[in-house]
Amino acid sequence: MNIVIAGAAETDEVGRLPYHSTMGLHLEAARNALADAGMTKDDIDGLATVGTPGPVQIAHALGVTPAWLDGTGVGGSSFLFHVRHAAAAIRAGLCRTVLITHGESGRSRVGAARFGMGADSLLGQFELPYGVAGPPTLFTLTALRYMKETGLPHEQLAEVAVAQRRWAHLNPRAMYQELITVEDVLASRLVAYPFHLLECCLVTDGGGALIVTSEDRARRDPVHLLGSGEAADSPIISQMEDFTTSKAFRLSGESAFAEAKISHEDVDHLMVYDAFAHVPIYGLEDLGFVGRGEAGAFIAEGHTSPGGRLPLNTNGGGLSYTHTGMYGMFAIQEAVRQLRGEAAAQVPGVEVSVVLGNGGMFATAATLVLSNRLP
Amino acid sequence: MKPVPKPTPETQPFWDGTAAGELRIQRCRACARHYFYPRPGCPHCGSADVEWVRASGRATLYSYVINHRPAPGFEDDGPYAIAVVELAEGVRMMTNIVGVEVVPENLPLDLSLRVVFERRGDVHVPLFEPTEAAGPRDRPERPAEATGRSNPGPTG
Repeated sequence: MNIVIAGAAETDEVGRLPYHSTMGLHLEAARNALADAGMTKDDIDGLATVGTPGPVQIAHALGVTPAWLDGTGVGGSSFLFHVRHAAAAIRAGLCRTVLITHGESGRSRVGAARFGMGADSLLGQFELPYGVAGPPTLFTLTALRYMKETGLPHEQLAEVAVAQRRWAHLNPRAMYQELITVEDVLASRLVAYPFHLLECCLVTDGGGALIVTSEDRARRDPVHLLGSGEAADSPIISQMEDFTTSKAFRLSGESAFAEAKISHEDVDHLMVYDAFAHVPIYGLEDLGFVGRGEAGAFIAEGHTSPGGRLPLNTNGGGLSYTHTGMYGMFAIQEAVRQLRGEAAAQVPGVEVSVVLGNGGMFATAATLVLSNRLP
Repeated sequence: MKPVPKPTPETQPFWDGTAAGELRIQRCRACARHYFYPRPGCPHCGSADVEWVRASGRATLYSYVINHRPAPGFEDDGPYAIAVVELAEGVRMMTNIVGVEVVPENLPLDLSLRVVFERRGDVHVPLFEPTEAAGPRDRPERPAEATGRSNPGPTG
């Protein structure tokens, strides 16, 4: 059975939305995705979401009575997991059409969950006592070891932000669109050495939703799910197996490429969740697009920028487009737009797009291989 | 007030150790490997035949950040180093680097460290300091290659 994304949409706006609640963002995205799919809520019999307020409340608020629910919450990669799980559920006959929603008042914190973990949790005992202050001090911890082992110069770390701003420059919805230089990045204030402000993602409000179903139920040009993979590493960054490579990136990527029966040469477009500037570097290497220690130069040479041979994070990414907290939904949305030929910074002739999402820093990852045609 | 960890039954022996001035970690009797964080079975071979042992307290600097936006309780510290260190026994743990001015020049990766303990409420937290207390002036010369690329100087 061929599984497709039959509807995809974001909230009307992303960015600073202080008059939208978390719940409101979920529901607006859901309505937009249903309209995009040419469906109504009565077509939906499966629901997946993560975070606040959860799948039961979203289903109930929409007036959907789901036969299948998935609340898998493994961070910003959760939506990629949901797509993969929905495909399995539909193939198993558990449900027919799944709505996946994301809404997060990440910046304005309206109706949002509280941050924080108990002092008796793994994080509370073995990381919080050392003054960690969220992802800027956790996700970033691996970078100096990577730089030492591979010789990545700091200027090439900064090039990641520069390259992505070139895409954001072409996207009127991006929060930051003005072109920047390596010097601008290195002159921005230090957040957590070696990371400067412009090497850290945005914090925004927004949402997105997807409709996953079998090909025969799609009512518009479908985006095919050719393959997927999911994997986990350590729940806390200090216990990550190797700070210079992500096991979860590698394993989820291998699984997705194998199921899709594609090679790297087949990939026209790539999305790698970019919470911080080093993450696309790990993504390019761990997915096998370049060799170890080569990603920094690859990006600096312009291969991922507009006109390059491997367009990467073409919406501007979490660094320049938007980052609500769980960005994975927006990476999928951009891949769908590119495959439909509807992107703001459209790459000509995209037929195969790969999306890599990480969650809970490097704790989890999932990879999707999407295409606008069957092989 | 800096965050105070709250022990659980699985982690209590670790925190009992720090209170006694010892860094205690677990070792598997079946495969002879050490592991951290505390848990009831060996993550390497799956054996439940595990014991608590006293670690040497010696470590090297694996990676770190210098945080410029302090967490609650750290406001008076100035920029501070959140680090992951690798113990001589092969396991890694998060900590802070103390006993040295926190600037990249003083913190080359693989720097030799030793454990010290800081009282925090009823709990003692393991921190690490350079084995040879060294300021920027009397720090032994290191070859440029060992520090140059891994620790580019402050650029912001």
